[in-house]
Amino acid sequence: MTLAEARTGEKVRIERIADPEFRLLALRMGIGEGEEVALEEVIPGGPILVRRQRQRVAVGRSLARRIRVHLVR
Amino acid sequence: MSQCCHSVHARGTGGALPLPPDFIALAGNPNAGKSLLFQRLTGAYAEVSNYPGTTLEITWGRWGSETLVDTPGVYGLSSFNPEEQVARDILLGARRVINVVNATHLERDLFLTQQLIDAGLAIVVALNMMDEAEALGLRIDVEGLSRELGVPVVPIVARTGRGVDRLAEAVSRAAPGRPTPAVIRRLGDLPPAIPRPEALLILEGDPEVAGRWGEEPRPFRDELYRARRERVEGICARVVSLPAQETWGDRLSRLLIRPFPGLPILAGLLWLTYKAVGEGVAGSLVGLLEEGLMQRYYEPLVRDLVGRLVGEESPLFRVLAGEFGVLTMTVTYVVGVILPLVAAFYLVLSILEDTGYLPRIATLLDRVMGAIGLNGKAIIPLILGLGCVTMAVITTRMLSSERERRLATYLLALAVPCSAQLGVVTLLLARAGVGSTLLYALVVLTVFVSAGLLLDALLPGEAPPLFLDLPPLRLPEPRNVLLKTWVRTRHFLTEATPLFALGALVLGVLEVTGILTAVQGWLAPLTEGWLGLPREAATAFVMGFVRRDFGAVGMSTMPLTPAQTVTALATITLFVPCIASTLVLLKERGRAEGALIWLAAVATAFLVGGLVHHSVRLGGAILGAAGAPWVTVLGCAAAVAGAAALSQAVRHRRLGAMERAPEEAAD
Repeated sequence: MTLAEARTGEKVRIERIADPEFRLLALRMGIGEGEEVALEEVIPGGPILVRRQRQRVAVGRSLARRIRVHLVR
Repeated sequence: MSQCCHSVHARGTGGALPLPPDFIALAGNPNAGKSLLFQRLTGAYAEVSNYPGTTLEITWGRWGSETLVDTPGVYGLSSFNPEEQVARDILLGARRVINVVNATHLERDLFLTQQLIDAGLAIVVALNMMDEAEALGLRIDVEGLSRELGVPVVPIVARTGRGVDRLAEAVSRAAPGRPTPAVIRRLGDLPPAIPRPEALLILEGDPEVAGRWGEEPRPFRDELYRARRERVEGICARVVSLPAQETWGDRLSRLLIRPFPGLPILAGLLWLTYKAVGEGVAGSLVGLLEEGLMQRYYEPLVRDLVGRLVGEESPLFRVLAGEFGVLTMTVTYVVGVILPLVAAFYLVLSILEDTGYLPRIATLLDRVMGAIGLNGKAIIPLILGLGCVTMAVITTRMLSSERERRLATYLLALAVPCSAQLGVVTLLLARAGVGSTLLYALVVLTVFVSAGLLLDALLPGEAPPLFLDLPPLRLPEPRNVLLKTWVRTRHFLTEATPLFALGALVLGVLEVTGILTAVQGWLAPLTEGWLGLPREAATAFVMGFVRRDFGAVGMSTMPLTPAQTVTALATITLFVPCIASTLVLLKERGRAEGALIWLAAVATAFLVGGLVHHSVRLGGAILGAAGAPWVTVLGCAAAVAGAAALSQAVRHRRLGAMERAPEEAAD
């Protein structure tokens, strides 16, 4: 599944960020491939707010559609 | 050859900015508290100048016998955007680096720390916001962290100054720390003549730095970033114990980015701002200062003095103390009108910035902004534009694509009124009534949205996706908010006053020589015929070339009906940006595009102004006085609908051409 399909409150592991630039930006923020993130808020039609520990990043929907994730719980 | 180029560049920072060769640099992530620490260390005497070849402002000051340079906040040492390039080049030239780290965000911030270490720079870590970390129940093993990194770590609270005095001693112990093992392995790939910091950047594929050394950028960025991330995670796991508790800020943050109640809260805050600034400051304080103080006491005094010196009938008297007097009108408007309004707006903006609310607005509005080809982040320069368009044009650099910067700059130049202008506009609209205020807002918003839709359709490309760090919400520090407000207001006044005086001088001379009347005559078909305004409005447009707010000020001295007020203010709002913004516009966008944006603004302003006038007249003729605005309202709706339809049509064609490429990329 993609990050855009996940729902508020779910926890996912990031499997693959295809875009090379965002893959590196995500690594810097500590939400790169392999990390588990909590979906704090999914705004209908809008961005997805992911959180890992105290780090929060708003990911736009078009990018979220290109991020493959695995549902953890 | 490459040797020579490098030495010019590495020292270039110190050479182009007047810095000694052995300066100390501050480095850190955005929101790490770098600027507060900088203020603590250097006191009030900081110097600011543009980084050569850019509009980025770099601040430096004296810290004891040392020179301390602040760098733009960055998440890493690379060249993703101009901030990173400038930070990178300053850090390459620094003798020592104080790396400011947010103790509540170690997992993120230590990535930059480890990268600085991998670059072989001599660093000290200033572990900031220790009070917040303690309040959150975070336990950080400071000695362990120092051992793991191999550099001194000083826990501080920049906000209160706690621990800051220990930094000086620690800086003398600044050392290259323990690098990521993978970096050491790869360094052998490059000639040993290349200094370590540059070598790291070449390994990480930085094309600029590689070019300076005549090397090909190496393809190890992914590998080294991953290895560094793993090392940082390992360090964090060993030195931080983390409680999983939610703070009030976390809960409020979620409410702010949900459409409900996020949108009503945003609307409520805008209304409060309008009440406080528009009615409170503009209504009462400005009245008190302008009429009570300036026009009652100051102006008669100056007129009397100047009259005695040069004679009341002389042309010089009229230039200095007449209707557009350099000594009367300039001072009255700058002190009595502009100063309180601008200070009030900057106060609000500084509070908004320091609470961390702006990135929440960006997240909340990302979907809406997508309709005009921008991502949510673009709302930040647009909001800052309500403070000062000049400053906002510079902040469009934070946007990630050229296309977005172009779009945002055009919208700023066209349809975002700055604080000074907005203040005067609010003042005049308050006199014209609520109906006029709403109609004005509708017209300007229509132009904003339609222009956005059309530009989005015309410019090739898509809005880049949002990827935005949301810093924790916090109560703003009053000291910092007031300092920011003061610095910006002072900057504004020192910039605006000479321009205003110049404008007044030009007008005074034009008036004395009779040219002004002639210009009013030439422009009469435009002002009287097309816009339905008195021909004296030409004066306001001449003023408007100097600064948009002066244009609005010019309108305030004419007796206008409410309908004329809306026409006049909408026209002057959309009219050309002030001289300072124009200069920045030309610098940021290049001469050809800057000139095009400028001319487009003038054309749009007069076109829309005339349409407002004629539609209100038509409305009056069909529906009577009470129904006059409805044709205009209908016209606005039609304009937005038309622009939206066109943009949709273009987007469909483009999407068809790309054959849904984005979805494919995920597989």
